[in-house]
Amino acid sequence: MIRIGAIAVGLFFAAVVFLWSFVPGVITYFTEPTEKAAEYAFHEKAHGPEGGFSFDGPFGKWDYAQLQRGYQVYKEVCAACHSIEYVAFRNLEELGYNEAEVKQEASTFNIPEYNADVAEVTTRPGLPTDHFPPVPYFGAGDPPDLSLMTKARANGSNYVYSLLTGYGEPDPEKLAKYPEFETPAGLYFNPYFANVNISMAPPLMEGIVTYNDGTEATVSQMAQDVSAFLTWTAEPTLIKRKQTGWPVLGFLLFATILAYLSKKQIWASIKPRKKD
Amino acid sequence: MADTTGTATPDAATMAAEDGVRRRDFIHIAAVSAAGIGGASVLYPLVSQMAPSKDVLAASSTEVDVSAIEPGQAIKAEFRKQPLFVRRLTQAEIDEANAVDVGNLRDAETLADRTKAGNEDLLVTMGICTHLGCVPLGAAEGENKGEYGGYFCPCHGSHYDTAGRIRKGPAPSNLVVPEYEFTSDSVIRVG
Amino acid sequence: MSFAWARQYEPQTGLTKWLDERLPLPRLVYNAVGAGYPVPRNLNYMWNFGVLAGFFLVLQIVTGVVLAMHYAANQLVAFQTVEHIMRNVIWGWLMRYAHANGASFFFIVVYLHIFRGFFYSSYKAPREMIWLLGVVIFLLMMATAFMGYVLPWGQMSYWGAQVITGLFGAIPMVGETLQVWILGGFAPDNAALNRFFSLHFLLPFVIAGVVILHIWALHIPGSSNPTGVEVKSESDTVPFHPYYTAKDGFGLGVILILFGIMVFFLPNALGHPDNYIEANPLSTPAHIVPEWYFWPFYAILRAFTQDLTIPFTGVVLIEAKLLGVIAMFGSILIWFILPWLDKSPVRSGHYRPTFRKFFWFGLIPAMIALFICGGAPAEEPYVMISQVATAYYFLHFLVILPLLSSIEKTEPLPYSITESVLGKDGAGAATPRPAE
Repeated sequence: MIRIGAIAVGLFFAAVVFLWSFVPGVITYFTEPTEKAAEYAFHEKAHGPEGGFSFDGPFGKWDYAQLQRGYQVYKEVCAACHSIEYVAFRNLEELGYNEAEVKQEASTFNIPEYNADVAEVTTRPGLPTDHFPPVPYFGAGDPPDLSLMTKARANGSNYVYSLLTGYGEPDPEKLAKYPEFETPAGLYFNPYFANVNISMAPPLMEGIVTYNDGTEATVSQMAQDVSAFLTWTAEPTLIKRKQTGWPVLGFLLFATILAYLSKKQIWASIKPRKKD
Repeated sequence: MADTTGTATPDAATMAAEDGVRRRDFIHIAAVSAAGIGGASVLYPLVSQMAPSKDVLAASSTEVDVSAIEPGQAIKAEFRKQPLFVRRLTQAEIDEANAVDVGNLRDAETLADRTKAGNEDLLVTMGICTHLGCVPLGAAEGENKGEYGGYFCPCHGSHYDTAGRIRKGPAPSNLVVPEYEFTSDSVIRVG
Repeated sequence: MSFAWARQYEPQTGLTKWLDERLPLPRLVYNAVGAGYPVPRNLNYMWNFGVLAGFFLVLQIVTGVVLAMHYAANQLVAFQTVEHIMRNVIWGWLMRYAHANGASFFFIVVYLHIFRGFFYSSYKAPREMIWLLGVVIFLLMMATAFMGYVLPWGQMSYWGAQVITGLFGAIPMVGETLQVWILGGFAPDNAALNRFFSLHFLLPFVIAGVVILHIWALHIPGSSNPTGVEVKSESDTVPFHPYYTAKDGFGLGVILILFGIMVFFLPNALGHPDNYIEANPLSTPAHIVPEWYFWPFYAILRAFTQDLTIPFTGVVLIEAKLLGVIAMFGSILIWFILPWLDKSPVRSGHYRPTFRKFFWFGLIPAMIALFICGGAPAEEPYVMISQVATAYYFLHFLVILPLLSSIEKTEPLPYSITESVLGKDGAGAATPRPAE
């Protein structure tokens, strides 16, 4: 009885999904093919700088000089619109700055704080324990906080690099195929952005920062440096994580081999043996 | 389906038979020990995660600007999430503190013991009564300073003098002077 | 109950004798997972996953309790406290990555455990109760995992909560009231976050309780085995300890290596980048997907794209959304009646040639297709593939298995487990050594 009921129910579900959903779907698929929006055609996959990043791969390491340059790019360019609120000034010590430098750096920022004496928010100079303050922004678009950006996008470090170096004109061949495609006024074409039209103007121009260590400030160099810096802000423990992983895996491998040998010994006595 | 009922390799079986009990036992002991070491090392992060986190440790020292405190005034600051009293003593208060016979005190300390040389007029103490941890009065303007002109704890009536020493009431010892140093003429770093 | 030849616990020291008369806990362990539990000698590596699932349950509870010490279930700070764990708490990043990937590994081993059961018909008499309790555990796991994913309060957390609770809204008459009641509001908010945290903390302990029942029920008939032939004599079994403790120990090592690779080198590979963006009720991510372990069921949900209408009249009998919800929940609930659908006297797929074909060329491809389609965007060809796979899924369990049990010609079974291992003449037979 339960089996007859089950067969009926099974046939019902199979029939409903097949006849009512699948068949009409197939018919529509062939009679009215849906065209993907033009932006799919122009979209491109993110890629890293030539040679990759120093922190890539299981043996990756931070390049501290690069992180410091990246911080400089962030501070002099990105920080005009974007905050990094999950980062505290004290964290900068991990980039190789000493305590006094961090203190000095923190004090150049104004930290908003509610002041009960005057019943309004006032600012004071930052302390190493403070986080980077929010950045007020009044223009078009909505600049996101960048602290977690490289984790909040697929293939994040490469994405940031590609986005910063990817501004330009749409491919003319593709334009010929999608003549109606147009970047709306006030937006900029960037094939790495989700819908290829981004409201951020190209932020990097050759020489917009002057590196203290004499590195030439090309767009690609700055994009690389700031991508590395933002990878660090997103996961300061990245390298420690990988470096912890190796001894753990080594130990596990060793223990597993021992477990295998032990298991083999135990089972050897009752296993059938080949006749010699 | 591959399963374990397949035949064991003959060499392993014979090896086991030849080496006898010792080798076999060694492998089991090693395997169980490895499991034990692995289990024990997992405890390390599990235990240490309860220690103060990095943000708490970073906030374990506080800098206080003392330049704006006028003689006779005190300020309340925060040190490790606890009240800190910083008080600039007037000459009269210093004299009063020094006039006390230290031998008769419950917790024998001179004013000089409790301040830094050259800055005997700056008294830095925790704002925590040594009796049961209430916050004494006397740091803010107009508060009851107690019978000895220093601090007064309203919970159980402990009176502290101008050097923050216990003079009357249940508290067992003087207000604690935390570790601090002058980083410049006007700033102290506590902790 | 146990087999007549099961070893008996004999306390050796004064302390264990004293304990045995007052609280025979060592005896319980000895009989449950020690030398006192005789197990078929022919279990293959597919039988490792029960113990491994137990391990990951413990891992999730331990890391979860640790994370709860640092997390705050408040929509204003939940996202920040997760970042606090990642950045400031000593070893916090390890705890969180182990917990997030531990959930995935828990599901991986449980899926393998379930499909072991499908292939070897582990659900058949006299083991129905083990199976039923297992399905209950799986449902509890799904609820726990869903609520846990909401806690970081990222974009996927928020919109996942919105979509999944929306499923209950599809139920006629009471749906909307039910959804609002579940959320404690009209959209996911503080009330929902707090109750999800509370239940996410509670349910793992409920799971642990049902796991104890699951193991208890297992010890009544004893473990099944790859031949599906019941244990007949002592030579068919070996004591659980040391034979299967050693084998499970090795299996645990292998899975921990894979787990270590994920935690230390690819900790976010199984997650979604959008969950590193704080929840924003005003902006939906372009492509909402649940965690990977829900993908097959999510694909079934989305396979129903059209209302069930009476043809040419336009009268709607059941709306597409409701059909999807019924099918999704139904796809798991039918496992509850599985022991009564598949009445074939032969258990193991090894001796059921037709069943084997349907299993490897029907069910497994259908499940893989559902996995892929559930994680893909709702566009062609994924929708069409998931519809075919959904149809097969229901046909397999509800139509093919019941019919097959009546018509299939099965292959001859070995007389006993020992015979299947050693051959008919029993060459090289050796009796198990006693536990050391």
